[in-house]
Amino acid sequence: MIDIFDGLIHAFWLVVTLDADLVEISLRSLQVTLTALVISSAIAMPLAAFLAVRRFRFRRFVIAVLNALMGLPPVVVGLIVYVFLSRSGPLGVLGLLFTPTAMVIAQTIIIIPLIASVAHQSLRDLWQEYHDLLISMNVSQTQKIKTLIWDARRALLTAALAGFGRGIGEVGAILIVGGNIDHATRVLTTAIALETGKGEFALALALGFVLIGLSIGVNLLIHSLSRTEREGRW
Amino acid sequence: MSFFPLVAEAAQSSRQGKVLIGPVDLILDGRGTTVVIGPNGSGKTSLLRLLHGAARLTGGQIRWACSREEAQHEMAFVFQRPVMLRRSVLDNIAYPLLVRGVRRSEAMQQARDWAARIGLGAMLERQATVLSGGEQQKLALARALITKPKLLFLDEPCAALDGRSVKEIETILGQAKTDGTALIMTTHDMGQARRLADDIVFLLKGKVHEQSPAKQFFETPRTEEAQAFLRGDILE
Ligand SMILES: Nc1ncnc2c1ncn2[C@@H]1O[C@H](COP(=O)(O)OP(=O)(O)O)[C@@H](O)[C@H]1O
Ligand SMILES: [Mg+2]
Repeated sequence: MIDIFDGLIHAFWLVVTLDADLVEISLRSLQVTLTALVISSAIAMPLAAFLAVRRFRFRRFVIAVLNALMGLPPVVVGLIVYVFLSRSGPLGVLGLLFTPTAMVIAQTIIIIPLIASVAHQSLRDLWQEYHDLLISMNVSQTQKIKTLIWDARRALLTAALAGFGRGIGEVGAILIVGGNIDHATRVLTTAIALETGKGEFALALALGFVLIGLSIGVNLLIHSLSRTEREGRW
Repeated sequence: MSFFPLVAEAAQSSRQGKVLIGPVDLILDGRGTTVVIGPNGSGKTSLLRLLHGAARLTGGQIRWACSREEAQHEMAFVFQRPVMLRRSVLDNIAYPLLVRGVRRSEAMQQARDWAARIGLGAMLERQATVLSGGEQQKLALARALITKPKLLFLDEPCAALDGRSVKEIETILGQAKTDGTALIMTTHDMGQARRLADDIVFLLKGKVHEQSPAKQFFETPRTEEAQAFLRGDILE
């Protein structure tokens, strides 16, 4: 009990004094997840809009696959990416295993289905509203997609934040492909797992505080965004 | 470039084996306003959608003096329930110009002029979705007219509006006509049909039952059904 209390105080101290290791790890976490988020959004959102606007034979199937992929266990994604990037794997020559790039790849794969699925729902609803009008104006396919993405931008931002939340808290996949190497691929979640294992509760708790802070921050942002959205302020 | 005449020859639209409208033979020469009337479910909306190209043609043909692609750019459609883009009033009105590649500054200037013309000049930045029904329908009209279409389709544009809004919209339609836009509209308001129509198309059970100049239709309707409809009898 005393240990935990000491740990808490020490952890608090680490956060307040901006401990160098803590800052380094937090920044790497942000860097990896934000990069993955930008890439996933750039792929998932146009894909979602395309699925909303375009009818083609395998549309239902693609949507079902996306929804199923949302539930894909991150550890399995990590394993697959590991197999592809390992020295004997098809992409082994790139030498990406155990680098932040490998972690970005794994997180991108994990986040894409989530963002695409959430975005698709809002874009599909908006398309039902807009359909007759845009058809009557003879708007091209690309313009339809641009219009939908722009007019659903608040809902899409919420989707992106949900993706961020999933990425930043993910541990299984990045542990496998990143390797949790000090000063190279160590991020918040993998560091917490390691420090806890070592019995270093203070650093683990401090890292936990940062992670919780980020999650709460993102959720508050989602909340306030959906409020201003309803008021139509931006 | 000439757009008229718009010619429908035995044009027909069906859905899941059920004929919604047609076969219809109709010629629009672009002079004045054609008002489509008829009982509920007689196919007024379907006729407009068919002529505009929004409904799939399942028989016969529709021709313009120009190609179909060119024609698409000369027509605009105003729906019974206006569709508002989730954007400001100004961005809604400018939208058709922007998707046609008009320069942004130019599009915004024209949109501002139109907003002023329809009395929305003081709410340019307001979200279109929060406007009243009458304001939304005026916005929809401005958005349809800003591309200077040769032919404007209106499906019951005043169906849910109060008297003042109806009057404002009829004024805008009058101006559009002066500016060289031909109108084809449906209405169930016989007063409106009398005020606006140059020609009447009377539909019954998905077919054109009578087509005549408005004056003649209202004064001496040829068919018994048209007489009954004008008396206010309920037609099946
Ligand atoms: N999407 C649709 N699917 C099946 N039937 C339809 C559809 N739209 C309209 N109809 C039918 O087509 C007929 C004509 O409808 P409509 O053109 O809307 O008539 P009006 O506008 O004169 O009231 C009606 O019998 C209606 O029930
Ligand atoms: Mg109708």
